[in-house]
Amino acid sequence: MNIVVCMKQVPDTGTERTLRASDSTLDRDAADALINEIDEYAIEEGLRLTEAHGGEVTILSMGPQRAIESIRKALSMGADKGVHLVDDALAGSDLLGTSAAIAQVLGRIGFDLVILGCESTDARTGVLAAMLAERLGVPQLSYAAKVEIDGTAVTIRRQADYGYDTVEATLPAVLSVVEKINEPRYPSFKGIMAGKKKPVEALSLADAGIEPELVGLAGAATEVLSFARRPARQAGTIVTDEGDGGSQAAEFLAARKFI
Amino acid sequence: MAEILILAEHAGETVKKVTCELLTAARRFGEPAVVWTGPGAQAAQGSLAEFGAEKIYAADGPEFDDYVVAPKAELLAELAKQHSPAAVLVAGTAEGREVGARLAVKTGWGLLTDVIGFGDELTAEQVNFGGAINVRSRVRSGTPIIAVRPNAITPEAAAGPAVIEPVSFAVSDAAKQARVVERVVQERSARPELTEASIVVSGGRGVGSGENMALIEKLADSLGAAVGASRAVTDAGWYPHQFQVGQTGKTVSPQLYVAVGISGAIQHRAGMQTSKTIMVVNKDREAPIFELADFGVVGDLFKVVPQLVEEIAKRAG
Ligand SMILES: Cc1cc2nc3c(=O)[nH]c(=O)nc-3n(C[C@H](O)[C@H](O)[C@H](O)COP(=O)(O)OP(=O)(O)OC[C@H]3O[C@@H](n4cnc5c(N)ncnc54)[C@H](O)[C@@H]3O)c2cc1C
Ligand SMILES: Nc1ncnc2c1ncn2[C@@H]1O[C@H](COP(=O)(O)O)[C@@H](O)[C@H]1O
Repeated sequence: MNIVVCMKQVPDTGTERTLRASDSTLDRDAADALINEIDEYAIEEGLRLTEAHGGEVTILSMGPQRAIESIRKALSMGADKGVHLVDDALAGSDLLGTSAAIAQVLGRIGFDLVILGCESTDARTGVLAAMLAERLGVPQLSYAAKVEIDGTAVTIRRQADYGYDTVEATLPAVLSVVEKINEPRYPSFKGIMAGKKKPVEALSLADAGIEPELVGLAGAATEVLSFARRPARQAGTIVTDEGDGGSQAAEFLAARKFI
Repeated sequence: MAEILILAEHAGETVKKVTCELLTAARRFGEPAVVWTGPGAQAAQGSLAEFGAEKIYAADGPEFDDYVVAPKAELLAELAKQHSPAAVLVAGTAEGREVGARLAVKTGWGLLTDVIGFGDELTAEQVNFGGAINVRSRVRSGTPIIAVRPNAITPEAAAGPAVIEPVSFAVSDAAKQARVVERVVQERSARPELTEASIVVSGGRGVGSGENMALIEKLADSLGAAVGASRAVTDAGWYPHQFQVGQTGKTVSPQLYVAVGISGAIQHRAGMQTSKTIMVVNKDREAPIFELADFGVVGDLFKVVPQLVEEIAKRAG
């Protein structure tokens, strides 16, 4: 089975994130960069599925030069090869542009199953799986907490507001995972050494055959007009319970008219 | 005045609160036209009229429930083609956003997600990075498709005619690729729904066990609140997953959020940071959740919470 995992490099959530004043895009140089947390679960699921059913895991990432570090980390977990879509003209792409570019590359490299995280920690839009399924004309299996594959039949547990749905489809398909699905492995020392030697193909827009009008800030269908850091929360009142903590809490709720 | 298409979120015949919020927002920019999928439009007509719906496009048919997302997007694309709306509004739920996403691909129109309010001319206010940055943005090509976060807009009643227009629509085979073979509804309680509640009381690992979650429920009930949980709690199986608050759970924005025995990991904060008032009970003064607290008690939750419940009962009583 030919599995492609879409992995995004994101700023470390532990460090402060800001938008760049010049063009209102995320200032990616200002923070440490990591694999988007939930994408580690996507990679893990890809590895487990190929361990069970055979095949290869390719890591596909669209992002700046430094995303290569995260691709290498994914390879050290056990993925077989990487494809890095990297081009200055991609900077500032919105959801439509990103999905168009990634769909184009997926069409070129081919797949039985594409696996994504359900949501990135920076954009938090959680819509790329739906967009890719629509563009590629394959089943959308998003928000999966469980996946089973039998031949070309895929069954997932789709997490929902009210509980869950069991959803069936036939490969090829686009899958997105939630963190309940597995526990990602850590790269072993051997894996890290092997990861350094695995092939990573860098593609420019031209290499991938992506039309430049569709991507980047200029091609975006949405734009940021202005932004501002939200005012910091006012420091609150903290009391230590000395037998009347519950009463003091009630006092606070009454003062704020909640009771 | 142009129409604003609104995709209704509903549970059977019951209109979800977020649909009324979308109607309230839409009235500012055009004539709200609700798109209703599946049965129940007739029964819902009253509630939709109360919040100013001009029309209800009612597309009955089992496909909308039987296949994941795609049929709804196809229907919206068709209605948008026929009626040239000024905007399409969807709820900022997982499903609503995905419908919006597929519609955006079909039409090439811009999509904005996680919108919490509107300025003039359909400019949108968003919060980014789990509530750290406010952004004002707009769609600059095509008709704006906007996913609005539940509980961000206060629903206001305003009568409308809510004329039902039945729509007969044949869903294509292409939209029937991901089939729902089983639907398991786990949320069955008299409490308000998590994303709609004006008060949320959440329990974390500090609660210690599934049985002890009864203490959180008791506090929630005394406040008329919804119950939430951290991932530590849902992972341990102490409470069902659909009550998880955070990055991979629900995003809530209630008037009051009470965090009990929760440390305040960044992934949890991402789901509750924009709550108006935050109260914390935790025995560790160094827990990062205290940074968000308007009022915090450093203490043992098994002492503080029962006393709080008792005090609330006394004051009510
Ligand atoms: C990809 C990913 C996604 C995630 N998504 C989410 C998410 O959506 N939501 C989420 O919540 N987490 C999420 N997490 C997990 C998150 O990182 C934390 O592990 C989790 O939030 C911790 O839950 P907790 O605060 O209940 O537990 P802990 O961090 O263990 O905190 C327990 C707290 O209880 C206090 N306590 C203990 N006993 C008592 C007592 N008797 N009285 C008072 N206080 C007491 C302790 O002082 C401590 O602060 C995610 C993690 C990852 C990797
Ligand atoms: N630039 C990118 N390159 C590869 N995969 C991506 C990229 N952006 C998003 N993804 C994938 O899409 C998922 C959802 O991201 P988002 O839509 O940003 O919330 C992520 O978990 C990734 O799997």
